[in-house]
Amino acid sequence: MERFVETLIDGIATGSIYGALALALVLIYRSTGIVNFAQGELAMFSTFIAWGLVEAGIPLGLAILLTLAVSLVGGMVIERVLIRPVEGGQELTLVTVTLGLFILVNGLARWIWGSTNRGFPSLFPDGSANLVGIGVAWESLGLVAVLLGVVGVLWLVFQHTTLGLAMRAAAVDPAASRLVGIPVGRMLMLGWGFAAVCGALAGVLVAPRLFLDPNLMGPVIIYSFAAATLGGFDSPFGAVLGGWIIGVAEALAGGYVDFIGQDLKILVPLGVILAVLLIRPQGLFGSPEVARA
Amino acid sequence: MSRTRIAWIVLLVLAILLPFFFSSYRVTQFTLVLAYAVAALGLNLLLGYSGQISLGHGAFFALGAYVTAILVAKSGWPHLATIPVAAAICAAAGFAVGIPALRLHGLYLALVTLGLAVATPQLIKRFDGLTGGTQGLAAPSPSVPGFLDFLADDQWLYLLNLAILVPMFVLAAGLVRGRVGRALVTVRDNPIAAKTFGVDLAAYKTRAFAVSAAYAGVAGSMFTITVGFVAPESFGFALSFSFLAAVVVGGLATVAGAIFGALFIEFVPVYAADVNEALAAVIYGGVLILFMYVLPTGVVGLARRVRLRPKQEGERDAVVVDRGVAGGGAGERVRAQ
Amino acid sequence: MALLAAVLASGCGRSDSDGGVGANAGGGEAKAAPGITDRSIKLGGSYPFSGPASAYASIALGAQARFKAENAKGGVDGRKIEFVTLDDAYEPQRAITNVRRLVEQDQVFALFNTLGTPNNLAIWDYANQKQVPHVYVATGASAWGADIAAHPYTTGWQPDYVSEATAYAEYLKAEKPGAKVAALFQNDGFGSDLLTGFKKALEGSDIEVIAEESYEVTDPTITSQMRKLAASKADTFLNITTPKFSAQAIAAIAKSDWKPLHILNSVGASKKLVLAPVGLENAEGIVSMTYVKDPEDPQWDSDPAMQEYKAGIAEHEPKADPQDTFTTYGWTAASTMIEALKAMKEPTREALMESVRTMDLELPMLLPGVKVVMNGEQDTYPIQAVQIMRFEDGNWKLQGDVIQAGGVE
Repeated sequence: MERFVETLIDGIATGSIYGALALALVLIYRSTGIVNFAQGELAMFSTFIAWGLVEAGIPLGLAILLTLAVSLVGGMVIERVLIRPVEGGQELTLVTVTLGLFILVNGLARWIWGSTNRGFPSLFPDGSANLVGIGVAWESLGLVAVLLGVVGVLWLVFQHTTLGLAMRAAAVDPAASRLVGIPVGRMLMLGWGFAAVCGALAGVLVAPRLFLDPNLMGPVIIYSFAAATLGGFDSPFGAVLGGWIIGVAEALAGGYVDFIGQDLKILVPLGVILAVLLIRPQGLFGSPEVARA
Repeated sequence: MSRTRIAWIVLLVLAILLPFFFSSYRVTQFTLVLAYAVAALGLNLLLGYSGQISLGHGAFFALGAYVTAILVAKSGWPHLATIPVAAAICAAAGFAVGIPALRLHGLYLALVTLGLAVATPQLIKRFDGLTGGTQGLAAPSPSVPGFLDFLADDQWLYLLNLAILVPMFVLAAGLVRGRVGRALVTVRDNPIAAKTFGVDLAAYKTRAFAVSAAYAGVAGSMFTITVGFVAPESFGFALSFSFLAAVVVGGLATVAGAIFGALFIEFVPVYAADVNEALAAVIYGGVLILFMYVLPTGVVGLARRVRLRPKQEGERDAVVVDRGVAGGGAGERVRAQ
Repeated sequence: MALLAAVLASGCGRSDSDGGVGANAGGGEAKAAPGITDRSIKLGGSYPFSGPASAYASIALGAQARFKAENAKGGVDGRKIEFVTLDDAYEPQRAITNVRRLVEQDQVFALFNTLGTPNNLAIWDYANQKQVPHVYVATGASAWGADIAAHPYTTGWQPDYVSEATAYAEYLKAEKPGAKVAALFQNDGFGSDLLTGFKKALEGSDIEVIAEESYEVTDPTITSQMRKLAASKADTFLNITTPKFSAQAIAAIAKSDWKPLHILNSVGASKKLVLAPVGLENAEGIVSMTYVKDPEDPQWDSDPAMQEYKAGIAEHEPKADPQDTFTTYGWTAASTMIEALKAMKEPTREALMESVRTMDLELPMLLPGVKVVMNGEQDTYPIQAVQIMRFEDGNWKLQGDVIQAGGVE
């Protein structure tokens, strides 16, 4: 029983990693309607910036705040410079640009920082809290708490501020938004900026656990795609919940079902997703597409 | 005889002469290009014509490659005889994937199929009794037959692959030009109207998936014939992304585009590394992005725009519609133009 | 079209080397081998400069620095070594096109230190068919020395994974009889070679492997594997991982209550790449093995070979990190190659293979007592001696004597 609960907690902790990056994916999708394949690499790049600042002697908290600010600006600049020229074209052209960005950013990080592993300091204390007899690492608790906090803030911004409303409008119907005076271009930039901030946060949260190298997010992003797909691509809460479900399903499969084993446990979340999507094609919390004839 | 047909014939003659003008290692690269072109063509049939996206074509490619490798290495089949088997098995697999795919749109389909590509290396390792697992499986390339002994090995393999590629392309061109192609394009661009005209959406879509997967499988066979060795490391999910890039770079909903796309994914990384080894990835990524700026509709899209002549009756161009087709729902989103 | 034109243009310039080069180049004119003149020797290598395995690229830098250092001293018998390296991103099919290019276009004299088990398996038939030396490959698979009649031009270099596994098994038999082992291994050729070798070496002893879990290089974490292994209550942990996962495993143990004897395979035993990022205090007591001198071990600070190595890296490949053990690996492998070239009786590929296959060499960067020994069909594995080391007080400490593993015949 104790092992079961521990496995469950492992799953949630790992799932939080997937969810954190999935949040960034959802943000871009909500604001620009595309999937950004380079999201993980941008997050990795941000994390290296934070690492560089810490190495330069800046305290961790401040370094992270600076990194978030740099990421916000960086995300906006990337949207303006790299994405805007193909904005409004074929969707697949945009997706291919993000693929190119993926390769480029990864190569750039390898060129600047090399491919070696680096330790990244954790925001949270070592050791574990005792929750009804079971030790849960502070790091895991912290991860979950931050993630929930971010979802809360996003929900507030998107549902209860004019800015959020304008961002949603710009994504859903840019032409009409322009007519009512929403600066659509600026909203798209903001969407990329916010996504980059989320990604950077995901990066600094997971780097202490995964160790920092240019391949930090390569494996994670696949699971984050899965999390976002499961949760519904336009729902931040769905992304986080999707991450948890996938993390737990995977941990249980790897931990208990010997036939599946560690090597094929990736098929379990895939099965879950397929089952959910066959019933709800828009994911658990996504809004259904309305077909236009 | 249309100008397009003449162009194709000239291209074919050039393609046949090509191995006699290049060094052996370049010929090997071109041989791989042929395999990638068939895979890109298969993906393009799906993506460009039926509007369904797949990020899992690397899995079908791997399946075809292993079918050939296993039949050759373990059962002693002649290489060419394995190709119909690979095509059939992949078509069946594609059909099976195509059924749940009916319910999924755009992004969701893309990401579910991506899962397929991600799981491929692990599945190969799991069935190690059959596949050789982590050690890979050697299936030596076919040697030059006696009556062609004036050819070097690499020239022979290139021409063999070309002989496989040509019928695949002719078949695809016929397919998209005919009734099926028109039906598919209608399905892609206006599913509701297609339904009204009595097009059986589900049947067309699943068949498109099957045909597309069969192409990827044949491409996999060509890969094994060329390389003579298969290992899980060759079939990571990056391969599926490369195929997608090949389709977009070449041009959606074009048959010729597959060749340009395949040339791009094989040669640009190599040239990038020649320019600067340390910055190869940066250059490759940058070139891919730049390419999208300059030629957002791909190489063939540009050729079409340059021609800019009014479409004549019965012309193949009639079925080509340049518009976003990232697939079903997501692609239909209204965007600022 | 522009792309095609570019390809055509660059290809046409090279059409001279058309056709099956050297396929039957036995008879005819002078038998000067390609890639070697009185003034130069050209070698070729294929490495993952990009992609997830690119941490190994340091090996190429280390080797390159060693060759440049030799050239600065005048080269091998007046011949300057040119080492052409190409990127394969750890994909076998790119290794194949690379090697064809090296052999056919760049006309290298020999392939040296091409990296990766699947990649070398993909190219060794080609190399042997073309009779191009394919020596000192950068992988520890036992295949390279298993059947030299089938692949006479291919040799390994480092102690193969089976020899490494045997060393750990012998260590356990001596130090911890009755041990119960839990193993974590990478699900590929490297992981399965080491684990199988380990189990084979344990046969007939009272030590057993009671739990084993695999992971994929594409897995984000190994949390669930470590949880399962810890639950096995094993008293020994065999950690068969590449650097990133080695670090994750050490961190996981540091945070858990499970305190087994930790045996870490040499690929993951770098102080710089693995132990420092996790925190040296968490690495205390870990056992591993080595055969080269550790650039971070203070006992070699005044060692002339180590000083030469560090100066050589700084001078010839300043971008490389001398503390990175992969750099050391490349440097030392290149030293072996230089000695093999020096011992060549004539400038032919056959002579190189003979010199490689009859070697009894001490190298200053190898641990005292570790030698590169090859002897025709009797001994087909270059380095088989290793020494156990234990991480104590922030540094690796060599334990006991050099073990002549040689578990494979």
